[in-house]
Amino acid sequence: MITIENVSRRSFLQGMLSASAFVLCARIVPRPPWAEAVGASPTIDTTAFHPGMFVGIQSDGTVYIVAHRSEMGNGVRTSLPRILADELDADWSRVKVIQSDGDERYGSQDTDGSHSVREFFDAMREAGATARLMLVRAAAQQWGIPESQCVADPVHVVSDKSSSRKMGYGELAAIAAKLSVPKKEELKLKSPQEWRYIGKPAPGSDVADICSGKPLFGMDVRVDGMLYAAIAHPPVLGGKVKTVDDSATLKVTGVKKTISIDPFTPPHAFQPLGGVAVVADNTFAAFKGRNRLKIEWDNGSHAAYTSAEYKKQLQQTARQAGKVIHSVGDPDAEFAKGGKIFEAEYFAPHLAHASMEPPVAVADVQADKVTVWSPTQNPQGVQEQVAKALGLKKEDVTCHVTFLGGGFGRKSKPDYAVEAAVLSKKTGKPVKVVWSREDDIKFDYFHSVAAMYIKAALDDTGKPNAWLQRSVFPPIGSSFEKDAVYSGAGEMSQGWNVSPFDIPNFRSENGQATAHIRIGWLRSVANIYHAFAVQTFANELAYNANRDPYDYLLTLIGSGHIVDAGAQGPPGIAEKYPYDTARLRRVAELAAAKANWGKKKSGKGSGMGIAVHRSFLTYVATVVEVEVDSTGAIRIPHVTTAVDAGIVANPEMVRQQFEGAAVFGTSIARTGEITATNGAIDQSNFSDYPVARMNDAPYQVDVHIVESTAPPAGAGEPGVPPFVPALCNAVFAATGKRVRELPLTRNGFA
Amino acid sequence: MTHFKVNGLDQSFDGDPEMPLLWYLRDILGLTGTKFGCGMALCGACTVLQDGKAIRSCIKQMGTVGGLEITTIEAISSHGPHAVQKAWAEVNVPQCGYCQPGQIMQAVSLLSSTPRPSDDDIDSVMAGNICRCGTYQRIRAAIKEAAKERA
Repeated sequence: MITIENVSRRSFLQGMLSASAFVLCARIVPRPPWAEAVGASPTIDTTAFHPGMFVGIQSDGTVYIVAHRSEMGNGVRTSLPRILADELDADWSRVKVIQSDGDERYGSQDTDGSHSVREFFDAMREAGATARLMLVRAAAQQWGIPESQCVADPVHVVSDKSSSRKMGYGELAAIAAKLSVPKKEELKLKSPQEWRYIGKPAPGSDVADICSGKPLFGMDVRVDGMLYAAIAHPPVLGGKVKTVDDSATLKVTGVKKTISIDPFTPPHAFQPLGGVAVVADNTFAAFKGRNRLKIEWDNGSHAAYTSAEYKKQLQQTARQAGKVIHSVGDPDAEFAKGGKIFEAEYFAPHLAHASMEPPVAVADVQADKVTVWSPTQNPQGVQEQVAKALGLKKEDVTCHVTFLGGGFGRKSKPDYAVEAAVLSKKTGKPVKVVWSREDDIKFDYFHSVAAMYIKAALDDTGKPNAWLQRSVFPPIGSSFEKDAVYSGAGEMSQGWNVSPFDIPNFRSENGQATAHIRIGWLRSVANIYHAFAVQTFANELAYNANRDPYDYLLTLIGSGHIVDAGAQGPPGIAEKYPYDTARLRRVAELAAAKANWGKKKSGKGSGMGIAVHRSFLTYVATVVEVEVDSTGAIRIPHVTTAVDAGIVANPEMVRQQFEGAAVFGTSIARTGEITATNGAIDQSNFSDYPVARMNDAPYQVDVHIVESTAPPAGAGEPGVPPFVPALCNAVFAATGKRVRELPLTRNGFA
Repeated sequence: MTHFKVNGLDQSFDGDPEMPLLWYLRDILGLTGTKFGCGMALCGACTVLQDGKAIRSCIKQMGTVGGLEITTIEAISSHGPHAVQKAWAEVNVPQCGYCQPGQIMQAVSLLSSTPRPSDDDIDSVMAGNICRCGTYQRIRAAIKEAAKERA
């Protein structure tokens, strides 16, 4: 649903565009009701009408398109504006992309859950088509001819079909600015054959600025009179300062003062963790001063958390009946028949986001108004949380969104922006809070640890008649509700509530677990551990049945059916995005064919693994090729991924996302592990939380995109989940060693 | 007082000699193209050139920069984009882009010592620069492209 207004005379783009510029505001419902269950964020605002995108045309012909979602390498400043530019028949070289501030009139700006293109595709098209129609009408009016005689052709001009007359968009802008907005029924959207930019590869809008070191990122923000702050956070969640000795700190050159930050009131949600801030006139002095603080902490009840013990508890819970999430047929009856049973347990540890740019924010509190500059996935969340912390209204907080040096879900949580605002208020100066890498890794919102149990009853051919899967993890909900121990619908919908396989008797369960550290969503979220368990188990069943793993996977998927999630299916989603396993089968076939599956012999240190997974409404199959030497060192020479993401706005961006997902997945599978001792995180930097480097990342990732007319689905996240089990399955093919616990380094590999 | 050059200009410093060059460049000079990633020479985001060779500015203390010529991403080319920057655009390397100035500085250094690097040369030298978005295969391709361009 979208309605569009001509706001040329009251545009917030004023100042940037001249008085005669033509500016449209699209009012849209950007987030359908089912979005919450599909995405990870529990803070999505789903109230009905939201104003959406703006497009403005300057009299010199420059087209301004607002990017209202955050750019963190997802390509959103390219993909979304090009959808609008396509329907507008704009010349892309004359488009300037403007990053919007946080503003609820845009609808959801929370850039997570691989939502951007799939939720704003229609809205961007309609906004572009509306602007085009108004330019055509402006020309018709100018020439005194029927509108039907005018056409936007080819780009950036309107032509008179009966003569050689043409007028540029810039010339028409002032006339169009006075027109009323056409009704939606009057719009003529292009057919896919007419698309100029949609579906065509295009490089990122900002490559030149990035490569020349322009100050684009939150870390690069400098405001006059700004102070710098580093914060000593409580090492244990919920910890409080008992005593603090800042005498050595205050002797550090450049340090101004120390300020205590209040501990949070549970649930912690997006509140700062509390602690002691050191305010200085440069970042280094703040860090150095912070390191010299002598603080005695009251660690509180979470100091009992030690992840090695906790792992055993989760595994124990996973062995017992849990809460039933979804059930088909009668698996217990099949298990009771006493046929052949296969069961296995899987485990995946906590992970940290470790985006290259650690959390950082600048805040300037002036009387009752606050300005924040932050690399945030969630600018409206920044407004809300800063307002709440300072006792102001959301409208009193302006949030400028910078480029993000990676986000991966961490930067949806605005705790660090709140810290900057609190310190600005206390110092009366603009304050930049800079987290060190150690802060980033120790005080993350961690990807959850998970224990999973799967059991199958097999027929004579080794195919399951019944399948039970049970997953146990401290839920994301624990960050927002004090006593949440069961998964929310979001995590269960991520590769767990239903099976992609054609199995007549199936049940999914969830067991309870209490969180002792902050749990949050990380790129691909629960899909990571769920796909790892299900796709490894499928691979184990194949070998158990003496079958080729790829052939067996096709047998499990079957010829294709629509998966009915029943009551678990969020309303509205099944109609627009039916879960069609024929599409899953197709990507498996494509990936296997492109990877030359079966042409090379596995074993003796080399092997191929395959896995499939549907997440964020996108179907993905991944084949990983590995070489493992006698020391257990793994090389990944080749990865082949097939993707069916429906209509793809920009294949170049999708390719980048899937290339990157293989590297992100390598980090997770090979070394990704966060542990805790006595409530405190053991890891601190890339030394003890290693991530994939060029020499251990996949050498070559080939991405094959399925041509599709289905509605656009997600692209940023779906590449990660199948990669991890595909890699572990390849390691099994190469070495005969089964990986049931991540990471690979815990299994004698390197 | 320590005297040195940054991007061809004379500079001097008499502050805390322990301050890393990284924070001097970013907070004092306002040259923010050089990025902070780890503070321990583990990620390469802070890479600059010292007398033409890549170093990690996050562990280079200001007490030790006397007489040095430092070049940052802002000044690797005086006329138009550097061949490496052009290759980066050609291959559409960046995703989020935060690590890319460091990657580019490392690549410039590599190509000045090894004009036609092999895969092994590239992998071993570039392994010190982390990219969490995972642009490695494009970085490798872009370095080869730049090498061709300069040949």
